[in-house]
Amino acid sequence: MIGAALASVGGAVLALLAALGRLTLFTGQTLSHLLRPPFYGREFALALVQIGYFSLPVVGLTALFTGGALALQIYAGGARFSAEAVVPQIVAIGMVRELGPVLVGLMIAARVTSSIAAEIATMKVTEQIDALVTLSTHPMKYLTLPRVLAATLVMPLLVGVGDVIGIFGGYLVGTERLGFNAAAYIRNTADFLEPLDIVSSLVKGAAFGFIAALMGCYYGMHSNRGAMGVGRATKSSVVAAAVLILAANFILTEAFFSA
Amino acid sequence: MIRLTDVHKSFGENAVLRGVDLHVPRDESMVVIGGSGTGKSVLIKSVLGLVTPERGTITVDGRPVDQGDRDAFLARFGMLFQGAALFDSLPVWQNVAFRLLRGALRRPRDEARAIAIEKLRRVGLGPDVADRLPAELSGGMQKRVGLARAIAAEPEIIFFDEPTTGLDPIMAGVINDLIREIVSEMGATAITITHDMTSARAIADRVAMLHGGKIRWTGPVADLDASGDPYVEQFIHGRADGPIKAVR
Ligand SMILES: Nc1ncnc2c1ncn2[C@@H]1O[C@H](COP(=O)(O)OP(=O)(O)OP(=O)(O)O)[C@@H](O)[C@H]1O
Ligand SMILES: [Mg+2]
Repeated sequence: MIGAALASVGGAVLALLAALGRLTLFTGQTLSHLLRPPFYGREFALALVQIGYFSLPVVGLTALFTGGALALQIYAGGARFSAEAVVPQIVAIGMVRELGPVLVGLMIAARVTSSIAAEIATMKVTEQIDALVTLSTHPMKYLTLPRVLAATLVMPLLVGVGDVIGIFGGYLVGTERLGFNAAAYIRNTADFLEPLDIVSSLVKGAAFGFIAALMGCYYGMHSNRGAMGVGRATKSSVVAAAVLILAANFILTEAFFSA
Repeated sequence: MIRLTDVHKSFGENAVLRGVDLHVPRDESMVVIGGSGTGKSVLIKSVLGLVTPERGTITVDGRPVDQGDRDAFLARFGMLFQGAALFDSLPVWQNVAFRLLRGALRRPRDEARAIAIEKLRRVGLGPDVADRLPAELSGGMQKRVGLARAIAAEPEIIFFDEPTTGLDPIMAGVINDLIREIVSEMGATAITITHDMTSARAIADRVAMLHGGKIRWTGPVADLDASGDPYVEQFIHGRADGPIKAVR
């Protein structure tokens, strides 16, 4: 009885370690292609546009509404301690340090990870990956590296845009609904934010972009056969990306701000 | 030139190849026949290293396929997949010219496009399909684009997995002639998988029959009708009764 329970726990731990090992290997292989020519510039450029440019609307809307809601909540919460005036500062710090990177990361997991996983998994089940190999093209170099690299480089920009729009959402609500003075709101925000806040935001962005694209590629490449395989790969990739992004966020916050 | 010795491959419980021995001499056209699901596709994929056998050796020019420079090895091959396996994000001509647009065999874009259009013409497709996407073509057209892609870089060794399935009889004839021409004029070595006995007779120098995970019979195409093997007899005449069971 206890033996069986232990065995099942042990089995789960072993499976987790095996998955971790495979993932580490996959990451290493992806990065090793960075150092070996050729580099597929066209694929990289396409990935930049797909992941970066086309994500702007969803990132902007997410940040705008979140910044606005944040301002309302901080105002209502602050009112209990007669501290309504802190709205600009807390919106700024909340958006830049946490909500900007995390929400943009999760939106990218939904939008980009899923589409990468579905695309690569479909290529796998229709033998397009095998075809790439027979055409002397390494699938990791051609499919994985450009996407992972593009996501890692473009995500800090998206997060930066998200931060600015989020703060702007707070500003709109603050000045239009809560009676803040426009010039004072902007001054308070600018004075309060420190370089470290912004650096941490952009570093988180890069890390989350890396995770999001890597998970899409990993689950896509390891997809099982058939439509069900593609569906499962897509679902697993988004779940894994979201969980890893939140975990990485905790670790990075700890690293940057706990002192 | 291509030699398989005692090759075994199973997927879980399903033992597909159980000791395949096969030799394909240089500049010859080998046709592999055999029932559906007997492992013909697995056989050629294991030569290319897309499937790794558990046991046995596969050599090309005496060199084991899993050793040495893989890029240089693959550069000698062309392969038509059973399901065409076209890249659906790229237009037809870029599929055909894939190898000519990147890597070691890279050419200027115009030149690559011209070659692609010429190869498309050889498989009976006009220049108007060049800019379409694979999803906009019929199954038989996709198959022919796959064929054009396989021969585009003029490889020394070409594998065709069912090149004429899904084609009308006239187009099948065109493709048979093309494969024959590639072997005799370009001096390529070819392995073709087919169920179509007319096509097999038109393409083959030698025929091998895969059954029960082994090469059941192999010989020159001229001996096919006098093989004396009941399995081959049943297969080439398409009889329902005989040693090969209908339900496998
Ligand atoms: N990747 C794979 N995973 C699991 N099983 C596989 C895989 N590839 C092939 N098989 C199995 O191997 C066997 C042989 O498959 P293969 O595709 O080689 O058949 P075939 O001889 O080419 O048949 P057909 O003439 O119908 O194309 C089948 O039973 C198939 O289910
Ligand atoms: Mg097959």
